[in-house]
Amino acid sequence: MTAMSNKLLQNVIIKGTKQGLTLHLDDSCSFQMLMQELDAKLSANIRTQENSPLIKVRVHTGNRYVDEKQEAELKELILKKKIFQIEEIKSNVITLEEAKRMKEESEMTSVCAIIRSGQVIEVPGDLLLIGDVNPGGQVSAGGSIFVLGTLKGIAHAGKHGKLEAVVTASVLKPSLLKIGDIINPTPENFMQEAHEMECAYVEDGQIIIDKLQVLKRKRPHLHKFEGGF
Amino acid sequence: MGEAIVITSGKGGVGKTTTSANLGTSLAILGKKVCLVDTDIGLRNLDVVMGLENRIIYDLVDVVEGRCKLHQALVKDKRFDDLLYLLPAAQTSDKNAVTPAQMKQLIDGLKQDYDYIIIDCPAGIEQGYKNAVAGADKAIVVTTPEVSAVRDADRIIGLLEKEENVEPPKLVINRIRSHMVKSGEMLDIDDITSHLSIDLIGIVADDDQVIKASNQGEPIALDPNNRASIAYRNIARRILGESVPLKPLDEEPKGFVAKIKKFFGVRA
Repeated sequence: MTAMSNKLLQNVIIKGTKQGLTLHLDDSCSFQMLMQELDAKLSANIRTQENSPLIKVRVHTGNRYVDEKQEAELKELILKKKIFQIEEIKSNVITLEEAKRMKEESEMTSVCAIIRSGQVIEVPGDLLLIGDVNPGGQVSAGGSIFVLGTLKGIAHAGKHGKLEAVVTASVLKPSLLKIGDIINPTPENFMQEAHEMECAYVEDGQIIIDKLQVLKRKRPHLHKFEGGF
Repeated sequence: MGEAIVITSGKGGVGKTTTSANLGTSLAILGKKVCLVDTDIGLRNLDVVMGLENRIIYDLVDVVEGRCKLHQALVKDKRFDDLLYLLPAAQTSDKNAVTPAQMKQLIDGLKQDYDYIIIDCPAGIEQGYKNAVAGADKAIVVTTPEVSAVRDADRIIGLLEKEENVEPPKLVINRIRSHMVKSGEMLDIDDITSHLSIDLIGIVADDDQVIKASNQGEPIALDPNNRASIAYRNIARRILGESVPLKPLDEEPKGFVAKIKKFFGVRA
């Protein structure tokens, strides 16, 4: 019994760093044991100082996959102590679905078609459209949208909230432009002056339309030689 | 084995029925055996435009429901010697009286006996449209130089491209008014074709005579001198595979009097 509890006590290792505490959680014991030990260790280490700032905590779960319910339990346990603030909960593993989604979201899908009125194209990652989007047509992507043609319909980039996403087109005259949940407030602007090769990106919570060349500065992450994942 | 061509547009009132009647007539003039099929069940018009209204005994729904034989329902156009027939739509039912499978079977039956089957499609993209395209091999999209008509044509082209049995559609631009195009008040042909990006098979000028002829039940294509008639006949020749150049729109009226009229700004 003592041997076992000795071993138990090594399931949670607390390290202090400049940024705060890092909790290394062992990944081979049961989650229940881990929680018990964590509770005990955090309680033992409390030095109650009034008005001291919250201690930042990073949690590393190693090769253990922590599902949403367990993550909530973990958070509850740590926050219950009232002196901690959770910075991040990190794990070395992700589920297959998450991995697939991340891969899909970082991939570029190229479509060679004219998106006509009433048609909808939806891709998980970036969209490269070789063709036009006619009025009444709709393109949406988890990432950015690049149109080699005229964009006159609806474009929705970063549909899961990715605000770094951009929309570019050879002729950018969309009837509606959305990046994340931001909707372009003044679509009338497009009609007045139509340059060739324009892009749209989000800055300070607003959609900005500018010439394509500014993207090199504004969105350097677009520059990549190999896949993002 | 004949060819079935559906005439469609999405929007109503752009001239599907007029185009169907005149293409059918033009193909018959060129010596082809043609059957016109009106699929606008409940709102039939093609018989009126062809002047065959009071000779209808049975209709498309009667054929589909087995109340008569196919050949009994076909109305022969006596102006042509056994070349032009019309299968009229029913006026008393609605579009749901027929299924796409039944239409396909019907059109396949007609293809045995006719060179060309021209299917007049109703407006809209619902049941009537689905019935009309079910048996078609080719499609002609009719539009007018109006933004709303072009928008609907775009929609319908998108739907037609999904049909596996139908070849990429061809475009007819109907009711072009050259003076409005010239003054920039109307969409011009380049705007429309670059927007829709499908092949153009004909341009028909807006002409009062077309309306007059339709009201009289004499398709304009029967008049050899009318410019709309010539446009329809040219489309028919293009369907037959002839390469007829697309006439520039602003064809100047020839002759001395016309030149004088033009000089004084009188429109022909």
